[in-house]
Amino acid sequence: MAADPGARILREGRIVIVGASLAGLRAAETLRAEGFAGELTLIGDEPYEPYDRPPLSKSVLLGMASPIHTELPHRREIAARWRLGVPAAGLDLAAGRVRLADGDEVEYDRLLIATGVRARPWPNEEEARLDGVCVLRTRDDAADLYRRLKAGPGRVFVIGGGFAGSEIASACRGMGLPVTVAERAGAPLVGALGGVVAAVAADLQLENGVDLRTHVTVTGLEGDAAGRVRAVHLSDESTVEADVVVVSLGSLRNTEWLTGSGLGAGPRGIACDAGCRAFDVRGIVTDDVFVAGDVARSPHPLFGYQFLSLEHWGNAVAQAETAAHNMVCASADRRPHLWMPAFWSSMFGVSIKSVGVPPMGDQVMVTQGSLAERRFVAVYGHQGRIVAAVSFDNTRWLEFYARQIERGAPFPVEFPTMDRRPEGRRPVPAAFPDPSLPTHGATVTLTGYSPADRQLVFHPARP
Amino acid sequence: MRLVVDLNKCQGYAQCAFLAPDVFAMHGEESLVYDPHPEEQQRERVARAVAACPVQAITADGLRGAPGSAPRSALGVPDGR
Amino acid sequence: MTEASLVSRITDFASRADPYPLYEELRRTPVLHEGGDGPYVISSYYDIKALFHDPRISSDTITLAAAGRDPLDEQEETGGLPLSFLRTDPPQHDRLRRIANSGFGPPHRPRRIDGLRGVMAETVTGLIDGFGDARRIDLVDRFAHPFPVTVICRLLGVPREDEPEFRTWVDPLVASLDPGTRQSADDAFLKSLHQSRTALGAYLAGLAEQRTAQPQDDLLSDLVRRDGPDGSMAMMEVLSTAVLLLIAGHETTVNLITNGMLTLLRHPDVLERLRREPELSVNLVEELLRYEPPVQIVSQRTCIADVEVRGVTIPKGSRIWLMVAAGNRDPERFKDPERFDPDREDIQHLGFGSGIHSCFGAPMARLETQIALTELARRMENPRLVEDPPPYRPNAVLRGPRHLEVAFDGLR
Ligand SMILES: Cc1cc2nc3c(=O)[nH]c(=O)nc-3n(C[C@H](O)[C@H](O)[C@H](O)COP(=O)(O)OP(=O)(O)OC[C@H]3O[C@@H](n4cnc5c(N)ncnc54)[C@H](O)[C@@H]3O)c2cc1C
Ligand code: HEM
Ligand code: SF4
Repeated sequence: MAADPGARILREGRIVIVGASLAGLRAAETLRAEGFAGELTLIGDEPYEPYDRPPLSKSVLLGMASPIHTELPHRREIAARWRLGVPAAGLDLAAGRVRLADGDEVEYDRLLIATGVRARPWPNEEEARLDGVCVLRTRDDAADLYRRLKAGPGRVFVIGGGFAGSEIASACRGMGLPVTVAERAGAPLVGALGGVVAAVAADLQLENGVDLRTHVTVTGLEGDAAGRVRAVHLSDESTVEADVVVVSLGSLRNTEWLTGSGLGAGPRGIACDAGCRAFDVRGIVTDDVFVAGDVARSPHPLFGYQFLSLEHWGNAVAQAETAAHNMVCASADRRPHLWMPAFWSSMFGVSIKSVGVPPMGDQVMVTQGSLAERRFVAVYGHQGRIVAAVSFDNTRWLEFYARQIERGAPFPVEFPTMDRRPEGRRPVPAAFPDPSLPTHGATVTLTGYSPADRQLVFHPARP
Repeated sequence: MRLVVDLNKCQGYAQCAFLAPDVFAMHGEESLVYDPHPEEQQRERVARAVAACPVQAITADGLRGAPGSAPRSALGVPDGR
Repeated sequence: MTEASLVSRITDFASRADPYPLYEELRRTPVLHEGGDGPYVISSYYDIKALFHDPRISSDTITLAAAGRDPLDEQEETGGLPLSFLRTDPPQHDRLRRIANSGFGPPHRPRRIDGLRGVMAETVTGLIDGFGDARRIDLVDRFAHPFPVTVICRLLGVPREDEPEFRTWVDPLVASLDPGTRQSADDAFLKSLHQSRTALGAYLAGLAEQRTAQPQDDLLSDLVRRDGPDGSMAMMEVLSTAVLLLIAGHETTVNLITNGMLTLLRHPDVLERLRREPELSVNLVEELLRYEPPVQIVSQRTCIADVEVRGVTIPKGSRIWLMVAAGNRDPERFKDPERFDPDREDIQHLGFGSGIHSCFGAPMARLETQIALTELARRMENPRLVEDPPPYRPNAVLRGPRHLEVAFDGLR
């Protein structure tokens, strides 16, 4: 029997990481922490050191942090070759080679793909080019948006009431700017949290002076003679004048560079097994290509082995650590990525936290606190089990519910809890929108049970 | 210096915001906002904040293992505030 | 059974100087119930942590009293005043704590504690200067006690001169936190408790009235004035909050400083390092809160539902003791837990509790102790323990030396 390649890779292998952001950096650190002594290359298309994105829509817009200074601290020395400002443009699976846009090629024994996602642009390209039409994903985006907000626009228009859109609206109100949010569904955050909890988010917006328009879509952006955006047209025939428009319609996975490579990569991301190994287009797992972070989708045993795409900071970190470990260990020592999904957001001074997978829930009950007071824990159930919990300003209880989810504890929650109100005694429908209708808020998507069932649609992605 | 807070871990105990109020702030009762790139003179306060965080959610670089860089004021009030 | 129960051995005064071997024994039965009306005693780290965050575990005195096993609970918190937030559950707890916090810390008063650093430094310097020519002092009476009392008085707005007076009321209230004292409480003690609380309340009511008329830059003024989204506190709530802060705000810190100096004197190498590297104090204080936590037991908990811990069902209505000092030395959680290691990197101790009741005053206690220990280490020449172990207070919950005689060669 051939010796396990793990030991050789650890000693003298060549590892390439494509995507030099949160997942890429944490993977690099973990590789070194695991004793990887070989050659490490990080390829990133942004010309910057890895930086943190969540502050871009929070501290940065609140004026507490500079958009160009959210670089991530390093946990340790990583001694890597950095190829920043150059995108990877292709992958030769058979030869074990990444091709860069500048023509360079880098060979690998193990490859980690952590290319994340980008903001979904406004679909009408001409309108998207109008001055004042923004997205928020990168530090350049944040610097640009912050500058425009500081200039005191007459009104900001946010298209899409997901987390990012709502956080931006919150920041605008914090700056005293008039802001309109348009959401296709009945409330902001409905795709991520369901209608019951989303109603609270809607109240928060209204109370904080956001001009919230629900059940509408934006039909067009109008520019002035100088090419600056000046108004937004809505499906209800109304028009709203605005000089900054933030397009917050979710994201697109950065997988185009893998087109034709034979890897199972497409608009839904890159499917991988629980050990973070990528599948090829045939649905066969590769042994030397790993995936982590926003671009990955992987099966989760706690949630019926469904393939989850989690655009969550914590997932990027945990998955990067697992992938890195599995890249250099002996095959018997591989670990599954079993992270309990969790994310946070904060808007209008309220801290929102989630554990588990709320969109999987079909019923919800408020086990602590009250929706009306906006301090509560809402527990989501599916087929008699707790699958998620969401808190508004009630973070300290959440780890209890995370454990309940891990144990597959029964739903509805029968036992008494402190501060249970009459409204929280019985479950109600969680009111997620019809999954076939896209909403902009979801940061988790459930995409079937196996990568193979999508195999035939893995085709060149078009933005 | 650079820092990042794992806000999944953070439970809004605000220890950091008490101890380094120019770097960490509470926006509302439980949600933390912070400056990921505080000035060097905040180092001493940031060190206190990092140690005090009950869930060890704050990662900052160059706090330990940077001999000589730490403040040496006996009273812990180097800038007299 | 020939041997006394483990719980009674722990609360027994004879164990005060070194309860840790008993805690080790305790952890072998992580959920200990010695029968009858006794508490369910939880001693391993992860279980304690989980129960701190469990919404079925109540801190409410009324729920506790309904458990009906502790004659003292009802009386000790009344004395005419409503329950303090330490002894209530959400939503009352959250409301009161939020309002109290609005005068204490972020987001409304982010600099109040940072702003006390000057007062803390001055007070420490003054007290150490006050050792004068002495070559031997009782660190408790001369330093560890007066220091935090001065600071909490300054924070609240209680005149320092009044301290001797309110001490006579505070002492019995603190003593009543001890399970041993509670079990042996007689009517006279209960009565004196009641009187103390009433008198302290009346004293603070006078101050609060002044502050209502003439607000100053102190917490009491904020407590009477605040009118935020949560409304303001009723006057009686202000008083019970002030009593809580006054008590919680100093006995604990006294013990942390004293335990700290005791531990340093037992580890002279660390003391010497602290003298040279004041920045060590930050991590050192965290390690102290793990190694010698002033609050050893959080005993005010009942479960409002059956709760299963490590396969044991704790029936609804049972009283629960969380043995934080035992959890802090749980080898399942900490490497080499019996070792005092100020360089330890992973110290998520339970010294300040956890969850919604986690210590309100923690940032203040931390700064106080960091400054106190650093300055004692820096200024006392060749300090030595006169008596080891020192004499302890009877209290098993708020554990610490009653006196700490320290000999030294002079001041620097
Ligand atoms: C404004 C904002 C707020 C957020 N707030 C929260 C929050 O509150 N809570 C939360 O849980 N999450 C939040 N997130 C999500 C979180 O930031 C992401 O989950 C995280 O950044 C994912 O890290 P990643 O490394 O997988 O991907 P990314 O951070 O997207 O990094 C991928 C990197 O790869 C690069 N790349 C792409 N293609 C190529 C190529 N072909 N060649 C080379 N490089 C390439 C990209 O440019 C990018 O630098 C937020 C995100 C944003 C944008
Ligand atoms: C070293 C010093 C201290 C220690 C070890 C300590 C420890 C603790 C612990 C363990 C609790 C949790 C109790 C429980 O869960 O029931 C607590 C709560 C509390 N502490 Fe402290 N404390 C200290 C100093 C202070 C100071 C200085 C103050 C006030 C300024 C203070 C005020 C409080 C209050 C008000 C509570 C109740 C919080 C609540 O119920 O929400 N403490 N403390
Ligand atoms: S101290 Fe830790 S838990 Fe508390 S707010 Fe700061 S980061 Fe969050």
